Amino acid sequence: MLKDKDRIFKNLYGDEPFNLSNALNRGDWKDTKEIISKGKDWIIDEIKNSELRGRGGAGFPTGMKWSFAPKKPNPNRPHYLIINADESEPGTCKDRDILRYEPQKLIEGSLISAYAVGANTCYVYIRGEYVNEGKILQEAINEAYKQKLIGKNASGSGWDFDMHIHYGAGAYICGEETALLESLEGNKGQPRLKPPFPALVGLYGCPTIVNNVETIAVVPTILKRGSAWFASFGRPKNRGTKIFCISGNVVNPCNVEEEMSVPLKELIETHAGGVLGGWDNLQAVIPGGSSMPLLPKKVCDNILMDFDSLIEAKSGMGTAGVVVIDKSQDIVSCVSRISRFYKHESCGQCTPCREGSGWLWRMMERINRGESEIHEIDMLLDVTKQIEGHTICAFGEAAAWPVQGLLRHFREEMEEKCSNLANRKIA
Amino acid sequence: MSNKHIAKNQPSTFIFSQENIEKINDILKKHPEEKKKSAVMPLLYLAQKQNNNWIPLAAIRLIAEMIDTTYIKVYEVATFYTMYNLAPVGKYFVQVCTTTPCMIRGSGKIVEKCEKLISKKPGHLNHELDSSWIEVECLGACVNAPMVQINNDYYEDLSAEKAEEIFKGFKEGRLPNIGSQSGRKGSEPTQNRTTLLKNA
Repeated sequence: MLKDKDRIFKNLYGDEPFNLSNALNRGDWKDTKEIISKGKDWIIDEIKNSELRGRGGAGFPTGMKWSFAPKKPNPNRPHYLIINADESEPGTCKDRDILRYEPQKLIEGSLISAYAVGANTCYVYIRGEYVNEGKILQEAINEAYKQKLIGKNASGSGWDFDMHIHYGAGAYICGEETALLESLEGNKGQPRLKPPFPALVGLYGCPTIVNNVETIAVVPTILKRGSAWFASFGRPKNRGTKIFCISGNVVNPCNVEEEMSVPLKELIETHAGGVLGGWDNLQAVIPGGSSMPLLPKKVCDNILMDFDSLIEAKSGMGTAGVVVIDKSQDIVSCVSRISRFYKHESCGQCTPCREGSGWLWRMMERINRGESEIHEIDMLLDVTKQIEGHTICAFGEAAAWPVQGLLRHFREEMEEKCSNLANRKIA
Repeated sequence: MSNKHIAKNQPSTFIFSQENIEKINDILKKHPEEKKKSAVMPLLYLAQKQNNNWIPLAAIRLIAEMIDTTYIKVYEVATFYTMYNLAPVGKYFVQVCTTTPCMIRGSGKIVEKCEKLISKKPGHLNHELDSSWIEVECLGACVNAPMVQINNDYYEDLSAEKAEEIFKGFKEGRLPNIGSQSGRKGSEPTQNRTTLLKNA
């Protein structure tokens, strides 16, 4: 188990106020000027060496992303840093705690990251429902401006840095980085074709780096304690600490910061008090937010929670939103509800996703109600394959994968529901 | 994409209050001057707040003029995003999260209470409680499930009984403290905390 002294988010549970004075006591804004004075290359190299991978779901190496920002400034094309706080992946509620309890970590991280990628302006795109979290962040930003930590010559570093909040309005798709940029420009949140990638052509056509809240908020601590410290946790290429959100049928649902590559069973039993009714009452776990395929109990027994181990098990780390499902739940209903989510949230731009996500949901509901013939299960798989890989953004995969996971591990349960229909017909 | 209910009875005009005009001037400063369109979402929010939590079409026309764009571009945004109400909602606007993490913690029972106490079908005004309710997708408070959002505030760790108590309180304009209703502060485990013990 990770020791408290190695936890980055000391105020994850809001035991102390979020105010600047408390944040300073926790070590925020210590040596920020010195860190910036070491230069962009040093910062980017340290982040590369720490092997930090993006915490928003895709797990792209952060240092590498930053290195894509153009090195030579062009006064006509300013750089932007965007913080993605549009946390909407079902099962995920970690960024919310950073926004409301550790906002200064995010602001300090934003300044350092913005400097590293050559940006003077940062927008934080917060999901619209997080009204109160946004208010806290705004208060924290105001405090930071007042103390000259950000603004002109931020923290005495010689770098000018402004930070603005922009609220979303209830569209899951705006968590996709190019949909987010569209939304920020005042349009419907529909993803853009890539390439060009935002690092070269992003907000207002200018170079833009988009990072998740948690990714940016861990940056100051990595630079202060050293990349070697961060890289001492987890397995190679899966380094560091991570906030896990453990929800569903557990004794004590909670958020907790743990070491990467922690065994799933240990994570649930140590921090969340175990599965309701004991480990043997476990049916399945969604390991990384709703778009990641679920894992049946026999896989959960030994799996490690990191990017590579979960990909091997044909799932994914995603946002580390761990949804625990015990045997009292109807697993087909659980996934059908996820299909309804994707049907509701499809932006409507690409036909396979707009139409297919509705098909998936309706077919799942029919199977769930026992109104389907057995051969429709294969048809369902076919529909997921028609969506997957045929859309502009990864939403297509996100809609298809949970259903594929169900088909992979719980086909018997689905067939049983269908056979009820066959029995009824005979009778 | 959301199916939007657009009010049949529309006011013919809409103007922003003086206070909001000042706010708009500040909002416009956040973006490059030629990128006024970026202000469309915050301006829609201001209109909604000023007009009892819903946006009349006249406000959409006004906003389009203010940010030098067309009516349809603003209309498109107002209909794309679920949080813009284009028809009146109750003074107490209840949004029940029913996505899987809330569902498996019993959000179905909260929906039943809404149907019983507010309106049989979502989206209808209950005049006695001055309230309306809808089902929404994941609100991002999954470890505090089940939960509802009432106007701007989250009410978490609910039970059916607690939800009933809250809804009945609308009549007297009474709402409990925001956040967890089971006594915890945030997302820490309710019992047997294992981390950050120095502060506990």
